Amino acid sequence: MVAGLTVLDPGVLSLVQDTGRYGVGQLGLSQGGPVDCHAFAWANYLLDNPAKTPLVEITMGQARFRAEQAISIAITGADMQPCINGQRVGMWQTLTLNAGDELRLRYARRGLRAYLAVRGGWTVDGAFGSAATVMRNQLGGLHSGLGEQAGGMALTKGDVLPYRPHALLPRGRGVPTRFIPDYNALTPLALVPGYQFDSFSAEALTAFFDGEYTVDQRSDRMGVRLNGPSVVSKQPGIVSEGIALGAVQVPPDGQPIVLLNDRQTLGGYPKLGCLTRASLSMLAQTRPGQAVRFYPARLADASAQWQAFVQFFDWV
Amino acid sequence: MTLRVEQVSETTVMIRLGNKIDLALVPQLSALCERIQQHFGRGVVELIPAYTSVLVEVNVRLLSPEGLKTWVMNQGDSLRVTRDSGSGKQVTLPVYYHPSVGPDLAAVAEFAGVSEQEVIARHSQHTYTVCAIGFAPGFAFLASVDETIAMPRHTTPRHQIPAGSVGIAQQQTAVYPAASPAGWQIIGNCPKELFNPRQSPMMPFDVGDTVRFEPMSESDYRAAGGQWWQD
Repeated sequence: MVAGLTVLDPGVLSLVQDTGRYGVGQLGLSQGGPVDCHAFAWANYLLDNPAKTPLVEITMGQARFRAEQAISIAITGADMQPCINGQRVGMWQTLTLNAGDELRLRYARRGLRAYLAVRGGWTVDGAFGSAATVMRNQLGGLHSGLGEQAGGMALTKGDVLPYRPHALLPRGRGVPTRFIPDYNALTPLALVPGYQFDSFSAEALTAFFDGEYTVDQRSDRMGVRLNGPSVVSKQPGIVSEGIALGAVQVPPDGQPIVLLNDRQTLGGYPKLGCLTRASLSMLAQTRPGQAVRFYPARLADASAQWQAFVQFFDWV
Repeated sequence: MTLRVEQVSETTVMIRLGNKIDLALVPQLSALCERIQQHFGRGVVELIPAYTSVLVEVNVRLLSPEGLKTWVMNQGDSLRVTRDSGSGKQVTLPVYYHPSVGPDLAAVAEFAGVSEQEVIARHSQHTYTVCAIGFAPGFAFLASVDETIAMPRHTTPRHQIPAGSVGIAQQQTAVYPAASPAGWQIIGNCPKELFNPRQSPMMPFDVGDTVRFEPMSESDYRAAGGQWWQD
């Protein structure tokens, strides 16, 4: 019998993710991967898992799982008030589920997405070197999409997340509090100017950096749509070109869209630049209606910060 | 050829060889991608060629974006390749051109001031170059459509069109590999599978290949299991 965590209720949206599917962008496939790489990386780090280890990204919450054997887990990201058999347990720390224990997550308060990791990771096949679930591409997840069954599926009730039996880690090993973000704080997000930044007038840029934007309902893993002051490029469209993670594109309606992990590979709208990786993790935790602001950041600072992240977590 | 290189994020570099669609750039871009891959190996994790540019993502533990940028700038004129854009393989795609699967065929004919038969002839007698693959897996941006039938996109995109739909958007033409929202003018349907992650290769073409469309009969289309339009 395969050891596994049974999904009693997947909640609104639960997806298997690893660090993403690379080298297939020229075929039009999306990278996928965790939209909050900060919370993702800590969840694996707590369990001594390699950075790329697959875990579950839970959006909004309201999910329930049952362990069939004793396992070590960790939950990071949005506060979903986890309970084991009805008893509140902490996040950002190692936990133990004993055989038959039920793990319950409530609706997210403070933040939007939580990451559920198991020691050794969920053992799933993957497609093109990655288990990342990209629903639009029908790849990854519990079924890779390369076999008989369609891939790219969200978890559903009755699914079993397989893992290897393992020695338990001590409970309560935690992330230092200074690394646990407050997702409700209105911290300005760092935008590194680039791409067609110069095609926006001084007035448009002032409106963008002085303005406050609210996160639109229609946001998803492809992009976060924002509502607020209109920013219009003097160049309405451009020759379609590759879109980097975090690129902020502005369609003719002047409402920016920040492109995330499941973004399309090519696009023809002008872009202001890219949000930094650190700011993307914060943006990924904003909820529809929440306000965000932006400030112009230096690429050198963002690069130094990312380099430190990559070294610390042994990121791939 | 004007070469511009810009780092656009912590991990990503944008290389531009031009600023307007030009078939002469396609082999240059393909050659550039090949050379980057050969030279940097696993330091490069993603290469996304488009009409005039290549987006390159690096693994910052193995290669600094600045290092890539410097290398590209030092290549200069040696990036110029002489092979013509027809050096890739030739792919033939069968198309059933008919209003039942190409509801914009009449509109394109009216736009061009010619018969539907003439639209079909002008579309299928051309050889196209795969300038980029993107938007969706297996979606090849093909250029260039005969100017007379180069009709612009719909002002409001359709919500959903069937897989295989063959569309025109100004001088570009393409086949939608899967059911999708679509703003292009649809003139027919290609029943050939254009993306299958279970096969190798996953799609019949690469950037730089050439594509020809071959009109097929309704019975052949039926036999090939072509999709029908349900508006």
